Amino acid sequence: MKKRIIILVCSALIVILLLGLLQALVVPKYTDNTEGLLIGEYYGETGENDVIMVGDCEVYESFVPAVLYEKYGITSYIRGSAQQLVWQSYYLLEETFRYETPKAVVFNVYALKYGEPQDEAYNRMTLDGMKWSGAKYDAIKASMTEGENMLDYAMPLLRFHSRITELNSDDFKYMFNDKKVSHSGYLMKKGVVPMREEAESGRALLDYTLPETAMEYLDKMRQLCEENDAELILVKAPTNTWGFWWYDEWDAQVSEYAENNGLAYYNFIKCRDEIGIDFATDTYDEGMHLNVYGAEKLTEYFGNILVSDHGLGDATHSQDVLDRWQANIDAYYKERNS
Amino acid sequence: MSFTSYTFIAFLGVMLLAYFLTYGKRQWITLLVGSYIFYAFAGLDCLAFILITTLSSYLVSRLLGRAIGRERAFLEANKETLDKAQRKEYKARSKKKRFRILLCGLFFNFGILAVLKYSAFAVRNVNSIIGLFGGKGFDVPSLLLPLGISFYTFQTMGYLIDVYRGKVAPERNIAKLALFVSFFPQLVQGPISLYSELAPSLYEPHKFDLKKFSFGMQRVIWGYFKKLVIADRVLIAMNTMLDAPEQYGGAYVLLLIVLYSVQIYADFTGGIDITIGIAESMGIKLAENFDRPFSSRSTKEYWRRWHITMGRWFREYIFVPIATVKPMLKLNNFCKNRIGVKAASKVVAYTASIVTWFVTGIWHGAAWNFIVWGLLNCLIIMVSESLEPLYKKFHARFPKLAGNRFYGGFCATRTFLLMGLIRSLDCYRNVATTFRMWGSMLTFRGIGEILGGGILRLGLDLTDIVIILCGIAVMYAVSKISAKTDVRESLYERPVLSAILTCALLICVIMIGNYGIGYDASQFIYDQF
Repeated sequence: MKKRIIILVCSALIVILLLGLLQALVVPKYTDNTEGLLIGEYYGETGENDVIMVGDCEVYESFVPAVLYEKYGITSYIRGSAQQLVWQSYYLLEETFRYETPKAVVFNVYALKYGEPQDEAYNRMTLDGMKWSGAKYDAIKASMTEGENMLDYAMPLLRFHSRITELNSDDFKYMFNDKKVSHSGYLMKKGVVPMREEAESGRALLDYTLPETAMEYLDKMRQLCEENDAELILVKAPTNTWGFWWYDEWDAQVSEYAENNGLAYYNFIKCRDEIGIDFATDTYDEGMHLNVYGAEKLTEYFGNILVSDHGLGDATHSQDVLDRWQANIDAYYKERNS
Repeated sequence: MSFTSYTFIAFLGVMLLAYFLTYGKRQWITLLVGSYIFYAFAGLDCLAFILITTLSSYLVSRLLGRAIGRERAFLEANKETLDKAQRKEYKARSKKKRFRILLCGLFFNFGILAVLKYSAFAVRNVNSIIGLFGGKGFDVPSLLLPLGISFYTFQTMGYLIDVYRGKVAPERNIAKLALFVSFFPQLVQGPISLYSELAPSLYEPHKFDLKKFSFGMQRVIWGYFKKLVIADRVLIAMNTMLDAPEQYGGAYVLLLIVLYSVQIYADFTGGIDITIGIAESMGIKLAENFDRPFSSRSTKEYWRRWHITMGRWFREYIFVPIATVKPMLKLNNFCKNRIGVKAASKVVAYTASIVTWFVTGIWHGAAWNFIVWGLLNCLIIMVSESLEPLYKKFHARFPKLAGNRFYGGFCATRTFLLMGLIRSLDCYRNVATTFRMWGSMLTFRGIGEILGGGILRLGLDLTDIVIILCGIAVMYAVSKISAKTDVRESLYERPVLSAILTCALLICVIMIGNYGIGYDASQFIYDQF
């Protein structure tokens, strides 16, 4: 009997080990859709960031932390991913405050248009990268679409097991180490695909009220920042295309919220010329997102605001941090100029 | 709570732990509470129906028990004073009374089943007739169909009939009877147990036994393998063909028949393996429901090996009572004088068979395709019986054929295809469509298309097909070996090999099972009945 129990325990351990290895093998490596790797990269660069930026693709394609540091001495990190919903930004921020205490938090408001969980694939891109914590649990709970369940997040093998029949060399190459794709959360796109024709308006909506859930999480984000002595700054990236329109009605609601709560809100759509954005050269996808040239212009413009209006840029950092940032700048320009 | 849901697996873990922690006289209570929690997941409304069946069966069985008790006491007390004729008369009178009590119980419970399951079907048919005369018809009722109602009603009514026949004593504890009715692993798809065989092991305490537990879990994993790796994968191709039946005529119909045979076998036996495995891990013995049915050489043999407990139920509680009921005996006597003893007994047997197969068909579902399916089975069995003398002559002339493997294989293939053909009524769910598709098979069109890669356009890729073929090969090998020896007992003597095979099977289920988002793991087929 003793022998049988030993065999049983050993078998259980071997099964767990094998399943662990298989899980590492089958989970998506996001070698093509590199946005899926952004959230996980933060854990290597935690601490002593003056600014944390949260939001969807508009934030990780519009601001360049390396430029912000190089020009203004502001250390920053972007915790953004594709179609990152407001509550996901909130829980990411809650998690971030456990690692560091930034002076300011920048939130890109475009995601306020979503009041319901949207898409499992995007959820995965944001949530799978998070380390396990209460914040991750809450973020998953708030984000699950119909058919999803918590166990699939706890054991991604159960969700991705069917990939076993479609593995490629990247799955083996990045089985234990993810590829590094961002520069402090910024995902560089160097291509230029000019905007053909600027839209004058978006598709008409039946109701222009921003969803209640989204506004509630915005308010929770404000309270969280207050509790952590961080200033919440609201921004809207300068991109505005027909399919992804930022309506005046939405803008008015955000402005009103900002005013009522004493927050700064910068809608960069209104100051594109001042920034110098040219959609013939500064976008890689016909105006939906900025490319690196547009993002650098916007970062310089925004950095100036952060220094002049919010008193950032005067922090003193440890030598380790300074060295890390110098390395960041070098890596950034290496890729930019390659 | 489907067997393939994470919720069920979590529930099972908790249930097993609670069961062994409460070892002792109250262990069955844990099982009862667990069974009701399991059932409550199907909806509180459903819970009300199973409670009604339990309560009514309890009352009827107690009344029957009391009547039997009174009868025995009276006969005992008057042993000296009553002569044989008086005893016989008293017994007959008493039996009549008991029969009336039993009928109340049967009518009430089968009535619930009939109303819930068949009223919409009945109204639709009445409306069709009214429609022929230009009438408008009635509104078709949409009633709740409680989970496993066919299974638990039949099992419980079997118990009532056994009490009536004096085969089992009525259960005095209503909670124990409630457990017999609702025992969670077998609640949704059987096997349909007899009270006499299930009750003792259900109520007695069971200590944790590593051997039984391992055997049970091995069988559970084997069941999941059949269901998730094979059945649900085959289902993808079947659904493609069934979504547009007219597009997949000719040879595709034959392909569908073969695929459905594999799918229903893997699905149903997989579900039963999970059921029996769970019970076995707790030390509870459930009746086997399959005995390598696809190796049957005749339809009759097939039905002795497929869904054994259902067949037994219909034989014991429908066929036998009908064949021995007074009007049938009268019919037998009437025919005897006119067409001879042999033919008369056939008339009775065939009449009882037709009724039994009609009920078997409609038990599977309230639709004409099930009724036609049942009657066609009956027809084939009757024709085979009638041709029995011819077969005997043939075998007498070619005695070597009986032991010939190729001839055996031919007979098994013939039975497999014949049963598959009839079973396709269940696939198309429409009698006219099914007959049309059978007709299209004669055109033989599509053979080239299938062999030329058509099979890869049914939603399955090459990997899926390889997995299915390997899965079938494994099922076949296990079936072959288990015909000669108990596979798990043999492996028990080789614990390392047993552990390796079990772990490999578990990993296969997790890695290549069809479950999770994008797969929409299907319900077990027999859950629907």
